[in-house]
Amino acid sequence: MIVVKDLYKAFEEVPVLKGISTSFEKGITNLIIGRSGSGKTVFLKCLLGLHHHDRGSINFDGLELNDLSPKKHRELRKKMGMVFQGSALFDSLTVEENVMFPMEMFTKKSKSEMRDRANAVIKRVNLVDANHKLPAEISGGMQKRVAIARAIVMNPQFLFCDEPNSGLDPKTAIVIDNLIREITDEYNITTVINTHDMNSVMEIGEKIIFLDQGEKAWEGTNKDIFKTDNKAVTDFVYSSNLMKKVRQVYLKA
Amino acid sequence: MNMLFHIGNYFLMLAKVFGKFTKWSVLKRLIFADIESLIIGSMGIVSFISFFVGGVVAIQTALNLDNPLLPDYLVGYATRQSVILEFAPTFISIIMAGKAGSFITSSIGTMRVTEQIDALEVMGINTYNYLIFPKIVALMLYPFVITFSMFLGIFGGYMACVYGGFSSTAGFIDGIQLDFIPFHITYAFVKTVLFAFILATIPSYHGYHLKGGALSVGKASTTAFVWSSVLIILLNYIITQLLLT
Repeated sequence: MIVVKDLYKAFEEVPVLKGISTSFEKGITNLIIGRSGSGKTVFLKCLLGLHHHDRGSINFDGLELNDLSPKKHRELRKKMGMVFQGSALFDSLTVEENVMFPMEMFTKKSKSEMRDRANAVIKRVNLVDANHKLPAEISGGMQKRVAIARAIVMNPQFLFCDEPNSGLDPKTAIVIDNLIREITDEYNITTVINTHDMNSVMEIGEKIIFLDQGEKAWEGTNKDIFKTDNKAVTDFVYSSNLMKKVRQVYLKA
Repeated sequence: MNMLFHIGNYFLMLAKVFGKFTKWSVLKRLIFADIESLIIGSMGIVSFISFFVGGVVAIQTALNLDNPLLPDYLVGYATRQSVILEFAPTFISIIMAGKAGSFITSSIGTMRVTEQIDALEVMGINTYNYLIFPKIVALMLYPFVITFSMFLGIFGGYMACVYGGFSSTAGFIDGIQLDFIPFHITYAFVKTVLFAFILATIPSYHGYHLKGGALSVGKASTTAFVWSSVLIILLNYIITQLLLT
């Protein structure tokens, strides 16, 4: 579980996060949604420790991020997995080598043990015949799967995904969403997903945090989102006619 | 102020490079990969330039020594001195700032733009050590490149001189043996090692701290080349002043 209290972050005195307090629960998919520029990515990067927050606290299963020594921080990072928006695969390594990379860095496993584990994870994300291909030789959807495989290969306790569906067709996007939800369930991890994809919100939003101009404007589940009358949320979620109709049908039902 | 910020940031980067070390088995692989791309990959262009510039130095020296009272071994002597003292260590380092420096900046910069460095950081890896240290180690083999360049430069001078009819073989060989001061080789290698450090770290700094997209990678490569060249020239002056005067 991750507990965030009064998180504040500014860049050159321009506040981007203005005192966000929330929690991300274990075993469910937690979504951060909001318009572009609402502070989602900065929030995620603060959680990961890639940006240092100016005020407030972030607590990972009882470990206070502010109080951690650099060594302890590195240890904590080993418990994190991250799926980047552009996948961030190492382009000089093959798919299998990309997945083996964290094990190679942090374990004393033999090459064959690492390969077995990597293959098991690659199979788990439903990738076939791609082990020896370079990232540039596979599709965007496959790259996302490799990124997920690399993120979970060390059995992380926290999984972060930055817009995992960006650039994917709707069908592949749903496959990736479902894969993340299944993995969250299976590994019982705390998953935080940063998205503005409405399909993801409706499909896997077990907990949703809506950010508006650096502030938490709303918090709830994918069921609550149909009933809310929070203007910022409804303006964002029901901006298209299709979503407006979906809401009407849902409320009538 | 901006320059002071970069100087400070550069030294902070160096401290982090020698901070927490990456696992040796991984580091070893990275070092060999960098030796291949930065050292072995540069041998072709270094050989080509060394041979022909050595030849040009010899021809120009010969053409300027038109007084019949001057002995023909002076051409070999002047070629040796030019190649060992300046041409091989300094001129080749400027070429390497363009060749190897651009490669370093663009490869690290692309990793920054595509969030690969963030991915390494999230895993808890000291990215400074992982990315920059292997390049410093690989470029510590740079004196071998310069040794090769010195040999080819003098050989190019010999070929141009003898086959161009400017000097005899015996005269040229007498010239390259004349008044040889072994300390000049030490001086050249001291320069080379320091230039190698600049060639590894300045482009790495510009690639690592790059902000923006693909266009920024090109801009950072150019900036890295300019600053590496400026520092090489400045350091060359300082070392020459300290060691040869």
